[in-house]
Amino acid sequence: MIRSAVLVLAGLILAAEPAFPGGIAPSDKRSGLAEMGPELQAMQRDDTAHPGMLWVQDGADLWARAPTGGAPACSGCHGEARASMRGVAARYPAWDARNGRPIDLQDRINLCRRTHQHVEPLAYESADLLGLTAFVATQSRGMPIAPPEDPRLAPARREGRALFEARMGQLGLSCAICHDDHWGRHLGAAAIPQGHPTGYPLYRLEWQGMGSLQRRLRNCMSGMRAEPYPFGAPDYIALELYLAERAAPLPVETPALRP
Amino acid sequence: MRVRRPAALRLLALASAAAASATRAEEIALPLRPVAVVGDAIPASLTEEAGDPARGRAIVLDRTRGLCLLCHPGPFPEERFQGNLAPDLTGVGARLSEGQLRLRIVDGRLLNPQTIMPSYYSLAGRLRVAAAWQGRPILAAREIEDVVTFLTGLRDPAPGDRTAPVMRPAP
Repeated sequence: MIRSAVLVLAGLILAAEPAFPGGIAPSDKRSGLAEMGPELQAMQRDDTAHPGMLWVQDGADLWARAPTGGAPACSGCHGEARASMRGVAARYPAWDARNGRPIDLQDRINLCRRTHQHVEPLAYESADLLGLTAFVATQSRGMPIAPPEDPRLAPARREGRALFEARMGQLGLSCAICHDDHWGRHLGAAAIPQGHPTGYPLYRLEWQGMGSLQRRLRNCMSGMRAEPYPFGAPDYIALELYLAERAAPLPVETPALRP
Repeated sequence: MRVRRPAALRLLALASAAAASATRAEEIALPLRPVAVVGDAIPASLTEEAGDPARGRAIVLDRTRGLCLLCHPGPFPEERFQGNLAPDLTGVGARLSEGQLRLRIVDGRLLNPQTIMPSYYSLAGRLRVAAAWQGRPILAAREIEDVVTFLTGLRDPAPGDRTAPVMRPAP
């Protein structure tokens, strides 16, 4: 009796879950690119007009430059990024077996620096880390975001979803309230996008510069009057994992351009 | 709708009288005054002095204080870029009583836990509040009364809206 009641209850709970992550139907799913006016879309699509390409070019230089101390450059092991890095950004964050935790692309780059190049990690939001990450991610441009079906990532991805839906800060808002439930509407002057991280690191006109997804998440948390997590916190990786699943299979746009 | 009885006088915090001369920074850092929910309203003012509609209007239009127009459109044609996440404030004073307005601003989640409306005068259930805002309501008691007084006066229907304003009966 109790058991059947529990089963019925479980059935009801399952039925109440939206069919898709975030409740956005595949046919409705779209990048923030689609929300922009034709001029900004054209700027993103034209590499010669896109200010983010300056960072990508710097990243290309870093890729080929060997650090002092005799260790190889990125290209010394990986060769032509065009071939070896194609598709990598589309599947990050990924599981790092050596450390037993999920990592994002910028963490991957810094781990590589430490392990194989024996140099200090690049600081979060530094031009070098943004440039190198953008250069690597640009090699996946146009490929569908394809999160790995690695069961070791599942707990962090669930945690990311819980964080996405958690009300926080003095205003008691959540990511989901705007980006799942009210995308397409206006918060003051701003059209609310679905919040898919298709093009990070990206160039934001508001920043007059390049920034990571973590920087963007911190902006939203400050807007909710919540205490942002420190850069590199596992909470961000969890959110990035959930957001990648939620965004798939939209194409990678790095470097995207946004207002 | 489940409504807490006055027996459960929602003592959101212990009372503390604010000196009339207190600055906003001082006032907003004070412990919250007690709030008595009756039905779907808070009939009693939070302050001894009456709210000031001109100050209330300034708060409603200020996107870093009242924040209202980020989500609500309203009868303010001079204000550009009003949000559209929440009901239009046009005629809200005819739709809701003063006490109903006060409860919806103080803590609308008492009526609808799913509402996206921030609770302007409650510290309940908060997570990860940034240091600058910890322990502080979004608006001070005096500001709540200013806003309530201003919104109560927004009684004109939208232009072209010929339906008579209807008072929602208390449940």
